[in-house]
Amino acid sequence: MDNAKFLVVEDSPTMRQLIAFSLKRFRNAQVIEAVDGVDALKILAGPEKIDLILTDINMPVMDGLKLVSLVRQNSELRDIPIIIITTEGAEEDRERGLALGANAYICKPIQSSHLIKTISDLLPA
Amino acid sequence: MAEDQRFDKFLELFNKGKEFTEELLRENQRLRYRLATIEGEVKQLEERFHEIEAENKDFAARYVEIEEQNNNLANLYVASYQLHSTLDFREVVQIVEEILINLIGARTFAILLLDEKTNDLQTVASEGDDAMPGIDKISVRLGEGVLGTVAHGGESYYFSQDPRAGAVGIDRPLAAVPLKLKDQVIGLIAIYKLLQQKEAFAAVDYELFALLAAHAATAVFASKLYSQSERKLNTIQSFLDLLTTTS
Repeated sequence: MDNAKFLVVEDSPTMRQLIAFSLKRFRNAQVIEAVDGVDALKILAGPEKIDLILTDINMPVMDGLKLVSLVRQNSELRDIPIIIITTEGAEEDRERGLALGANAYICKPIQSSHLIKTISDLLPA
Repeated sequence: MAEDQRFDKFLELFNKGKEFTEELLRENQRLRYRLATIEGEVKQLEERFHEIEAENKDFAARYVEIEEQNNNLANLYVASYQLHSTLDFREVVQIVEEILINLIGARTFAILLLDEKTNDLQTVASEGDDAMPGIDKISVRLGEGVLGTVAHGGESYYFSQDPRAGAVGIDRPLAAVPLKLKDQVIGLIAIYKLLQQKEAFAAVDYELFALLAAHAATAVFASKLYSQSERKLNTIQSFLDLLTTTS
């Protein structure tokens, strides 16, 4: 889990900073930030090998659900674990996110310890 | 003769048997003592095991507590950092909104500022007016109703602590937090509804309210002053440009 590269897709700078702050728990973690789904896809198409994606749902330009769907359809990216972090707490939203291929669904406000545990469960030791 | 030999043989065997029995008794005695010692040690180990188990539980509880504190501090740090990251009024208001949604878990809320000339509190930003129609254009006189009283007295209001509270409404929010510069109130934050997954305010939320009360007020005030000084600077610059051109 050392040296992991995380892609944080979130339009709120406050949330991006909070998530990045939580990810400092992982040794030598590198956090790459994207402001929406399109921005994230550009980064994913680049040379950086991303180990895990954390994405919001409600974002301008391209939302998180569309991003999850596109990543899962891409043969080179489909194995990257994805965690959705959102204000949408309804059960049908959770089911939809997981059905599209997200590995975990976390509702805001986030608990740092919960986020860390979820990531630890998804990434190999 | 043969009788004597048999007797001696028997005596020899008897003595050997006696020695062997005595040896067994001594060994038995030694083993009993060893068993008693081991039983004492096992008891001590069991006691130590229970002590360590209790310590372990205590450490686990403290770990959870520290994790929670760590989480709370991260929230406070990020909120404070973001609030002072800009001097643009709209951006400051947007950051306050982000803190309310993402860190506190507010679904429906309004941010009101006090107009010093009219003594009216008015909405400058709101979210979720579908759940609470009218929050986008609240206008309350200082000292009137719950919101006016909060702005006038500078003390936070919590619906859960109000024995007279009936139902949440425009003037009776879940929480109303004054934005204060020392003792001067410049506005307030009123929260009407929390996100579906958030049942009630957590301990950290009250810390965030305290932080918002002071830091959001400073950030809002500083950004307003900055925009005013920018406007004045532009006016003076235009005036100077006019003087230069006409002369």
